Amino acid sequence: MSPEIVIEAGHTERNYWRDLFRYRELFYFLAWRDVLVRYKQTVIGVLWAVLRPFLTMVVFVFIFGRIAKLPSDGVPYPVMVFAAMLPWQLFATSLSEGSNSLITNSNLISKIYFPRLIIPASSVIVSFVDFAISAALLALLMLWYHVWPGLHLLALPIFTIFVLVASTGAGLWLAALNVEYRDFRYVVPFVAQLGLYVSPVGFSSAIIPEKWRLIYSLNPMVGVIDGFRWSISGGRASIFLPGIWIGLAVTVLLLLSGIWYFRRMERTFADVI
Amino acid sequence: MSDAIITVENLGKKYSLRHQRNERYTALRDVIAEKALGFFKNLKSGNGVSVSKEDFWALKDVSFEVQRGEVVGIIGRNGAGKSTLLKILSRITEPTTGKVRIKGRVASLLEVGTGFHPELTGRENIFLNGAILGMTKAEIKSKFDEIVAFAETEKFLDTPVKRYSSGMYVRLAFAVAAHLEPEILIVDEVLAVGDAEFQKKCLGKMEQVSRGGRTVLFVSHNMAAIEALCSSGLMLAEGKLVTRADAKAAVETYLRQLSRRGPLPLDTRRDREGSGMLRFISVELAADNQVRVPVFQCGATAILSLRFKSTAERELRNVRIAIGIDNESEQRILLLDTALLGQDFRTLPSRDGTIQVVIPKLSLLPGRYHFTIFATVGGVIADWIKNAAFFDVEGGDFFGTGQLPPQGQGVFTTPHSFHVESKATAKETKEPASVS
Repeated sequence: MSPEIVIEAGHTERNYWRDLFRYRELFYFLAWRDVLVRYKQTVIGVLWAVLRPFLTMVVFVFIFGRIAKLPSDGVPYPVMVFAAMLPWQLFATSLSEGSNSLITNSNLISKIYFPRLIIPASSVIVSFVDFAISAALLALLMLWYHVWPGLHLLALPIFTIFVLVASTGAGLWLAALNVEYRDFRYVVPFVAQLGLYVSPVGFSSAIIPEKWRLIYSLNPMVGVIDGFRWSISGGRASIFLPGIWIGLAVTVLLLLSGIWYFRRMERTFADVI
Repeated sequence: MSDAIITVENLGKKYSLRHQRNERYTALRDVIAEKALGFFKNLKSGNGVSVSKEDFWALKDVSFEVQRGEVVGIIGRNGAGKSTLLKILSRITEPTTGKVRIKGRVASLLEVGTGFHPELTGRENIFLNGAILGMTKAEIKSKFDEIVAFAETEKFLDTPVKRYSSGMYVRLAFAVAAHLEPEILIVDEVLAVGDAEFQKKCLGKMEQVSRGGRTVLFVSHNMAAIEALCSSGLMLAEGKLVTRADAKAAVETYLRQLSRRGPLPLDTRRDREGSGMLRFISVELAADNQVRVPVFQCGATAILSLRFKSTAERELRNVRIAIGIDNESEQRILLLDTALLGQDFRTLPSRDGTIQVVIPKLSLLPGRYHFTIFATVGGVIADWIKNAAFFDVEGGDFFGTGQLPPQGQGVFTTPHSFHVESKATAKETKEPASVS
């Protein structure tokens, strides 16, 4: 016999995390659905995943590398920019997918019970597919410019998880806020656009003056981007360790507070969505 | 008492209704604007803002128990709190007060085909929908063939469901749900879909489920189905539990109450526009012999009686009344308008009176229809209540053939006839089959 379920106002379900585990298959299915729908019928979908970061990279190389003549920190400029485009794009798309996910799945929320955390979490997976596609493009670029990563490449998955955690944390906040205040959907594209220039995507973070470096690293993407460049260049690109720790702390804080806020709002989702 | 699988104690659910708000959702800018406005008002007058908020108890003090293996029919008029109760029991929304204990795995079926994605194929949707309803992948796999056979869609398994006919879509969706095997099954009015043949099949499946010793909570407006399937009944009215008895007694109570249904009040509605020269205060449904009825019947006379009041001193001149009827997908499907008939009222008595809108032979097919009431006096909008109320249309013998119009086959029916034309008899039957 299954354990007794108690439904009560304000009752924090002790079974929440067990439920989350029990519904893991739904998580896979929703992720699978999103991937399937996205890449079904549309060859453009795949092309778009490649084209968007590539064109942005070309523009950045031209503006920052050629016109502003910024240093490239020991790596060919295109490789340096593209190595940053990769995590940035992963962050930006999973943030926007995650923050809209509850609204696009509102029919599920108002008709079926399941731990709502599954929805924003599974939506992040779709952006991961885009990421994998552009990673292949990065590999080609590295071959072209003869950049050899060596064993440093092993650190890449760790930084990738870092990005996913950061975007999930921020995504949970925005997803819950989006249900409550529908005009938050205008905030997300703005954040993504602004973030592209604030984060060191088009330039190396080494050009930031030393005294600002720690504050600059409060943006978790700074540490991540440094880490990506470091691990694909075989350690030739510089890495600022204190910055990475700060970024990591911010990320963990974002995730924990995101879960806390999401759980708090979750109970009323079905009433307001 | 000893083997209660569901125990509900003093359950209540409150919703806050906000007036003067047309948006469906809150926008942050409004909240900020409201707060800021409130701040200035506070400075000025020293008291708080009066945001017109009204509490509405969808459920109040509901307590009952359900024994293991019981099949409970939940009945009540629309807005009685049935859906809210199901939503709380299936943990979609949280109660405001009270407590529920459930011993066992719950699966709820509040809608057919939740989560179906039009771009995905039938096969893919079976897996997706199954997972959404709480089945594991292994479970779905083992029942896959059974589901497909039940839905009779073998040939279209690899076709995206957006190309399915609505009948096929519903069949597939119900088939997945019918193969759930929880300890407690919660079902909202989902049997009212599909063609008659399929409905029969669904009822059979439900019967099989309930005989299998599982506990079922079942909401329906189909009293025959409730009596046939359920061992006990539970009736709600205005959020309160009215009857908890065996199915037959509950159905009887419900029908007795229905026939006593009074006019639907409109005077408390605030979401209206207009000068108020004339105001509608209630609406009720009647059949041809002027008898109040709970629902209209397709093919029979339908009368909407609108009671109105006027604030004018003298009689009202040049009054136009219009009723717009929408179907469930909020599509305007019909307009009944005195202006179209050239029948605007020259004068209407002041104070109060009743306007009857008579449809001699209702051609709307079974379903729920919402209507908007609109009135102008001398060309000025006097009262305009969007979505004032709704009425249900039940299947009726429109053609006098003993055949009821099937559901899912349009919105209207109309008198028509078929004629055959062959060369030999062309002279006799020149008339084409009238379709419009």
